[in-house]
Amino acid sequence: MVHVKVEVGKPFLKRGLAAVADVSGVIGFSGDAAGCVVLSFPSEVACKVASSFAGIEIDQNHPDFADAIGELANMVAGNAKKEFEGMQISISLPSVIIGKQHIVLQSKHSPRIVIPCETSLGPIYIEVGMSVDKATCPTPAATSGATA
Amino acid sequence: MKILLVDDSRTIRNIQKNVLKQIGHEDIVEANDGVEALKAIGAERPDLVLVDWNMPNMDGLSLVKKVRETDKTLPMIMVTTEAEKARVVEALKAGVNNYVAKPFDPQTLAQKIKQTMDKVGAPA
Repeated sequence: MVHVKVEVGKPFLKRGLAAVADVSGVIGFSGDAAGCVVLSFPSEVACKVASSFAGIEIDQNHPDFADAIGELANMVAGNAKKEFEGMQISISLPSVIIGKQHIVLQSKHSPRIVIPCETSLGPIYIEVGMSVDKATCPTPAATSGATA
Repeated sequence: MKILLVDDSRTIRNIQKNVLKQIGHEDIVEANDGVEALKAIGAERPDLVLVDWNMPNMDGLSLVKKVRETDKTLPMIMVTTEAEKARVVEALKAGVNNYVAKPFDPQTLAQKIKQTMDKVGAPA
């Protein structure tokens, strides 16, 4: 719905408190897996992505800016959740954080993986921090094709 | 045909409105959540409802169940990021007529609307 091709880079483990971007859409997970997905952008990329998604010019002061970023984070998290078939996972409503080079922290100390993505609109970062309840986690059917 | 769009994202409602206008539907009502949707349906029954799942105040699944207590025939399509098989089954059991996973392309949404209205015997 954003109409851009996304090239997924090599995921890396996030160490320390390095900030990656200026605008973040955050979706929390709870249930058999708990954590969050953070979709982060540099400011100008966030505006371009939100505009492309909404089909109208949107800057950070537009009333629909946060709504568009939040909905994009919702779609990323919702589609990722689909891969956890057999587990009971609920996702939260989106929150959006705006601030130059901010850091999104979690209260739980699960490892954070950053998936850098390149698009024609600029870089996008997907951060995933998740702890899984091993008692309810089904054995994966296959692991081939995994990128992480 | 009057269509009620129920989604807490105004961006998504605007995208849906644009798709609907492209396929000739101009009579569109909007609701931000299930509570607002119930009021809108009570005020004037629409011919079709597009409903999101995750919303504040009353989510889409609760809305569908509430509507089906009194109205078994109102065509309802769930449009949501909740795309696991178990969720689709849960929504169908609750009474939705069709299901569209986000992100969707305009053609898919238009096709699902036509499919739904054809099934219930109403013009799309």
